[in-house]
Amino acid sequence: MRTPISYFLVVSAMLFSIGTIGVLVRKNALVIFMSIELQLNAVNLSLVSFSRMHNDLNGQVLAFFSMVVAAAEVVVGLAIIVTVYRRRQSASVDDATVLRG
Amino acid sequence: MPLDNLVFWVVAPIAIGSAVAMLVMRNVVHSALFLVLNFGCIAVLFLLLDAPFLFAVQIIVYAGAIMVLFLFVIMLLGVDREESLVERLKGQRVVGITLGVGIALEVILAIRAGIGFAATAPANFDQVANRGGNAEALSRVLFRDYFFPFEVTSILLIVAAIAVVVLASRQRRSITRAQAARAEAEEAAA
Repeated sequence: MRTPISYFLVVSAMLFSIGTIGVLVRKNALVIFMSIELQLNAVNLSLVSFSRMHNDLNGQVLAFFSMVVAAAEVVVGLAIIVTVYRRRQSASVDDATVLRG
Repeated sequence: MPLDNLVFWVVAPIAIGSAVAMLVMRNVVHSALFLVLNFGCIAVLFLLLDAPFLFAVQIIVYAGAIMVLFLFVIMLLGVDREESLVERLKGQRVVGITLGVGIALEVILAIRAGIGFAATAPANFDQVANRGGNAEALSRVLFRDYFFPFEVTSILLIVAAIAVVVLASRQRRSITRAQAARAEAEEAAA
């Protein structure tokens, strides 16, 4: 493989920061959640890159576990968003300033 | 130009472009679809990094299950309206973008200081780490060194499933109570 491993890490860093901007700037809870998914994916990419660089599969196993945790996290997070939406008829985080039911 | 280099330079800009598009789209459905594209591009990058098993898992779990769940919730809630561009916190957008770009620059500088931009991966990955095929080598590591964490994830998934059922069912009860109260109020008004 001729592509330098640092290129993958740079892509991962850019994706992570785009996800960060999404979390900081967007108002819609679903888009914020999708940005968090993007950040998780960026970290997975750098884990796999480091696994390739160090000739060791532990990084890929860690990325696999983080996918499992992300799946569980998405399910719970979306259930919370649905609950908040049903209460307030809005998916904007500005409207959920008070987390009282 | 070797083939993997070509694939990288095609896929990586698409990945970043689709992430930016996900960010700037005002319709949530469009954001979700661009995120699917981005996950597909990341899967191809996994393939370039000699991780075909994670490529398959990425497509199945992320682009398949998770994004279908996202789209399902978007359609269920009907939040495919466009969001308002009013800033509650003044200057939030500028500060957020500045901080995000700052993080990117910082990490890229850290990569430069840490391994340098020219660092290439070892060529014997298929013989050493991926010996006998990626799925087989990965399962060897997973079931030998990480067997206990692997079993713990099953508990995690069960807890998540139960939590969702609890959230949904409690919510339905309160909705019906609210609907009953509203119906009573309407009856009283009539």
